Amino acid sequence: MNRLNTAGKSDHFAMFNIRDFATLIGLFLLCAVISILQPVFLSPNNLINVVMQSSINASIAIGITFVILTGGIDLSVGSILALSGVVMASSLQAGHPLALSILIALVIGTICGLINGFLIAKGKLPPFIATLGMMSMARGLALVYTNGRPISGFSKAFRWFGTGYVFKTEYFSGIPAQIVITVALYIIAYYILKYTRLGRYTYAIGGNEEAARLSGINVKKYKMIIYGISGLMASVGAIILTARLNSAQPIAGIMYELDAIAATVIGGTSTVGGEGKITGTLIGALIMGVLRNGLNLLDVSSYLQQLIIGAVIVIAVLIDKYRK
Amino acid sequence: MHHDAVVKMENITMEFPGVKALDDVSFETRKGEVHVLLGENGAGKSTLMKILTGVYKQTAGKMSLKGEPYEISGIKDAEAKGISMIFQELNLVPYLTVAENIFLGREPRIGIHINWKEMNCEAQSLLDHLGVQISARAVIKTLTIAQQQMVEIAKALSYRPDVIVMDEPTSSLTDREIEELFKTIRDLKSKGVCIIYISHRMEELLEIGDRVTVLRDGHYVGTVNVQDTTIDELIQMMVGRTLDEKFPKEFAEIGEEAIRISHLSQGKRLKDISFCARKGEVVGFAGLMGAGRTELMRAIFGADSIDAGEIYINDKKVNIKSPKDAIKNNIGFLTEDRKNQGLILKLDVKQNVTLPNLEKITKNTVICFKEEKAICERLVEDLSIKTPSLLQKIKFLSGGNQQKVVLAKWLATQSKILIIDEPTRGIDVGAKVEIYKLINKLTKAGHTVLMVSSELPEILGMSDRVYVMHEGKITGELTRQEATQEKILHYATGGESFE
Repeated sequence: MNRLNTAGKSDHFAMFNIRDFATLIGLFLLCAVISILQPVFLSPNNLINVVMQSSINASIAIGITFVILTGGIDLSVGSILALSGVVMASSLQAGHPLALSILIALVIGTICGLINGFLIAKGKLPPFIATLGMMSMARGLALVYTNGRPISGFSKAFRWFGTGYVFKTEYFSGIPAQIVITVALYIIAYYILKYTRLGRYTYAIGGNEEAARLSGINVKKYKMIIYGISGLMASVGAIILTARLNSAQPIAGIMYELDAIAATVIGGTSTVGGEGKITGTLIGALIMGVLRNGLNLLDVSSYLQQLIIGAVIVIAVLIDKYRK
Repeated sequence: MHHDAVVKMENITMEFPGVKALDDVSFETRKGEVHVLLGENGAGKSTLMKILTGVYKQTAGKMSLKGEPYEISGIKDAEAKGISMIFQELNLVPYLTVAENIFLGREPRIGIHINWKEMNCEAQSLLDHLGVQISARAVIKTLTIAQQQMVEIAKALSYRPDVIVMDEPTSSLTDREIEELFKTIRDLKSKGVCIIYISHRMEELLEIGDRVTVLRDGHYVGTVNVQDTTIDELIQMMVGRTLDEKFPKEFAEIGEEAIRISHLSQGKRLKDISFCARKGEVVGFAGLMGAGRTELMRAIFGADSIDAGEIYINDKKVNIKSPKDAIKNNIGFLTEDRKNQGLILKLDVKQNVTLPNLEKITKNTVICFKEEKAICERLVEDLSIKTPSLLQKIKFLSGGNQQKVVLAKWLATQSKILIIDEPTRGIDVGAKVEIYKLINKLTKAGHTVLMVSSELPEILGMSDRVYVMHEGKITGELTRQEATQEKILHYATGGESFE
């Protein structure tokens, strides 16, 4: 029984497993290469910049990780981000309280996600189709709602979410609020996946849906919750993005779903579900952020950037596959 | 060395991280013999065969085939060199036809076009040769599991192999189909093909085998001629101890009625089924494949919806609409297909055991890890589940231990009524007896066990009472004293009552 005890303990404290570790090494290697080519990369300002620019993708990728862990996919997060962004923006401009406007954004995101979940769980649509539909519908709704025009100019209080700092002192310029928000979300997600029933069921459904159902898990309910989480995370992205740009655009967030999926799979989550860790997703999002930032610093054209990023995604997943 | 040696494996050792699956095992087969490979789960049979067919590369030891050194790079290579394997799990593409499956990846062609005529024709002749009535143009999905198994065999034969490895080929076949298979095996034997036969069914081994090699815990125990041995001797070689009985049935005190099903119907699959089971009782459900036994159990458990009928537990009508409702009513369900329905292979032992039970050990949505660990440790010990730790992924456990984990799941939920569907399918003699002993323990504690089994000796050996099903109906009820193979088969084929 001694053996059982120690094994149980080590699991409790192991935040990162070997697999995460390898992804982490990949991140450091990438940083090393870029900093040799362009030493500016390592300046504190730039590093904070990288993390800041990764924060929206990292937040959205939390939801995507839950979804992919169940063996699903969510293509609608970019459009949900745009929709909840513009509705929140119009509420702010109508003079509604800040808290209410933010709540509106979060509720819209969650509702869109729940509709996805409903179509998938109760309507038995493949996740790809259901969320493809939502991707178009939410985008369309955002465009109709704004007549295609951006909504700009918000209060300083709201802009804190995208430009504010926390822990600011005389000697320390503080930590960007969006980084603090993202880190907090990751801690919550880590906790949910590791310590709660919802987390355990997420892995169980992705591992074997029928076995999960026959174990008495209300698979439909949990699938709806999980797609709801994905929508919620998209609306968090909307708040940060709108505050950062001081503008909500109906065409915001195009292709964001793909970045979030990339961060998740680079982070080692199995695309068929049942296996993966949220810490991996965080590292995956940072890899994406470092890559973008590094290529910008190196003056690589945006056309070429696309090519390189695509190749990196494929190579990262290939390496992961063959390491197993 | 025998002059007719076909496959020769010498001093094979196979090490996985932390486990020595095979330790210095030697194995030799001759031309035209059926060589049975026998051993408990985890004895190393599958590993040995996976080395032979190139799935694994041995850590040490060498192999030869017909006197030539034998180096191998994978299954395709093995097939090219004359060794075919029929796996326990079916590996067919459900939406393709029989012929397409048999010739998958090596279709006969004219130019760039598939030569359909030749392909269908050859496939049909292979099937006819096997003596099965399956059309080469039939889509796999429309065939029964048993028919699919025959297609696998036809596929293996299409390589015209010198050696065929059969891993539990009869586990899903009916008696008649087994007869056909044995006829084919004898036919192949007479043509000089060597067959390596893995099975847990002792009677079968004696009927079809020529020699038996026994493995235990990754070690070679011995090779004997079938003529010179007995089941008891083989069992002793396998488990290293004598088993007094194959079915160590102990009688528990039978109490009040625990569950009663009244006029349950479901489409064309279940017709007006009524039965009851009492506390401390093992009620067996016998019948042929497709008689509706599994469907009945799934319906009781709420896995499939029903059209009509009532379920009473402890004389109180209950409404079971989902597995969750069934679990709330203290019903547990060990499914016939543990890998696809019973377990989540990617999760570990602990996570599987507590899955149906998570609500009870959750406080404010947080799982109480301490309690979870305590429950699992107790059950791992009670059921003597062999696992290096609670964090071992289920897929790395042997079949018998996996089955025990499924049982542990339902014991953790304190199921009072346990439905067990083919509880010992694909597990070895030693593990079977352990499962039977667990059943005894459960009934002694006043639990009710509903047991579906296709193995008549198991039904006769373990049940207190037997219901026989035929085409979605219960056609007979027999007490333990009344039940015989003949009577069960009579009802199972739709026979009328004896009176």
